[in-house]
Amino acid sequence: MQNKYDVLIIGGGPGGAMAGKAVAEAGLSCCIIEKRPAIGAPVRCAEGVGNEISELVDLDPKWISSKIEGALLVAPDGQTLELNPEMAGNEVGYVLDRKIFDRELVWKAANAGCDVFVKSRASSAIIKDGKVCGATIESGGKTVEVYADVVIAADGVESKFARWCGIDTTVPMAEIETCVQYLMTDIDIDPGLNAFYLGREVAPEGYVWIFSKGERTANVGIGISGKMCKEGKRPKDYLDAFIAEHFPNGKIIELIVGGVSACKPLACTVADGLIIVGDAARLSDPITGGGIINAMYTGKLAGEVAAECIASGDCSKKALMKYDTEWRSSKMGKGLKRNYQVKEIFIKLKDEKLNSIVNSVNKLDMEIFDTKYLIRELVKYNPWLLKDIGTLKRLLD
Amino acid sequence: MLVIKREVCGYCGACVSVCPEGALELVDAYLTVDPENCIECGICSKICPLGALEMKNAE
Ligand SMILES: Cc1cc2nc3c(=O)[nH]c(=O)nc-3n(C[C@H](O)[C@H](O)[C@H](O)COP(=O)(O)OP(=O)(O)OC[C@H]3O[C@@H](n4cnc5c(N)ncnc54)[C@H](O)[C@@H]3O)c2cc1C
Ligand code: SF4
Ligand code: SF4
Repeated sequence: MQNKYDVLIIGGGPGGAMAGKAVAEAGLSCCIIEKRPAIGAPVRCAEGVGNEISELVDLDPKWISSKIEGALLVAPDGQTLELNPEMAGNEVGYVLDRKIFDRELVWKAANAGCDVFVKSRASSAIIKDGKVCGATIESGGKTVEVYADVVIAADGVESKFARWCGIDTTVPMAEIETCVQYLMTDIDIDPGLNAFYLGREVAPEGYVWIFSKGERTANVGIGISGKMCKEGKRPKDYLDAFIAEHFPNGKIIELIVGGVSACKPLACTVADGLIIVGDAARLSDPITGGGIINAMYTGKLAGEVAAECIASGDCSKKALMKYDTEWRSSKMGKGLKRNYQVKEIFIKLKDEKLNSIVNSVNKLDMEIFDTKYLIRELVKYNPWLLKDIGTLKRLLD
Repeated sequence: MLVIKREVCGYCGACVSVCPEGALELVDAYLTVDPENCIECGICSKICPLGALEMKNAE
């Protein structure tokens, strides 16, 4: 490890890896430090991504557990709604194998020239005259100081680095989705479909997911709001009940736990000498909890902006703001804003109302799947939606 | 006092993200609490997916 790099990246997840690759490709020196001994393990993810991931990286078949052709939504009363690619505009997605995927992304960064150190943890920020200048790192029993012109905080849901730099990254208790997932095998699933189960009894203010990992194998998990979590009613309790009902003979071969933020992104994602990306910036989707692509996109953007600012000799907050402005005005940024508001509406819906929505969507002619038609028909069957429809319509338009 | 049940914890970091005081830290595969900073608000123990954190009275 050198004691000075152009860019120092805290965290070797998809955000950190994409940042490292972008900086190295711009010809600058950089280093990723990852506190865990192995990149990508343990997995803290259901591994589902939309096909837009291929805009960020050439997908390698090795990374893919299964290709997804549709989604199945199960309402609280058991009615199902199948969303197939024709309806969703031919959108398909994948369930990744993140143990391999995360590692290969870091590999790409390393091949581009970025240094990588595992089992090396940032334990504090080095700040001089209000500017972030590097990090103190614990590595193999030694404590070292590493300086950099820009530090990229890609430290995931914990997001401690930005906090050490004076930025409050606390996720409100009601806006953390607390999750447990089992990798299960020997279960009856449709390998081309991802399923979502909704309802207060199943998963209060969250959902149960079954993401296919191939024939007879899937990530079966749950996220519920931190607000609803208590002794005896933790995500694990709900998941065990779901599995007893649906997959009593399935075998659990991995236990995964984690938290996903469903809050608004940080008010500002840069400071003097600092850029915050991915989960650390609270960029997972407030509805789905998906954050892989957002972390990759912001990681790459952060690397590019850092390299530009270093080349022009100005790494102040003002110069780095280009990063913040750009992601907020991107499709991702706008989507996060919209989905936060949609989540605020949906989270309050009682089960009967959810049932009624699913029921009326099932009556629709799916050939004409446009928003205006959808809303008109939904209101016809669910007049109570009118209260929220102004907001909804504005959000969907 | 906040007690961490190591044998239950899945070292996921969810608790770290909600702690208003920054008192928790995930060091590789174990969680630590800084008793100097912990205000015993109980938020972390409420949201833990596995129930690995327990608030115990000082007595
Ligand atoms: C149960 C669950 C299911 C999910 N399902 C999906 C899904 O289906 N699809 C989807 O898109 N997203 C999903 N997500 C979200 C997704 O996992 C994250 O959004 C994504 O991993 C964010 O990437 P990142 O690079 O920002 O952070 P991470 O992938 O979390 O990487 C951060 C890295 O930083 C390291 N680190 C932290 N602190 C330090 C430090 N001080 N020093 C050094 N290293 C440090 C960590 O060890 C970690 O490796 C899920 C999350 C959970 C918990
Ligand atoms: S939330 Fe629970 S399982 Fe996760 S690190 Fe904290 S104590 Fe451990
Ligand atoms: S009890 Fe409150 S202050 Fe103490 S570690 Fe937990 S969340 Fe932080």
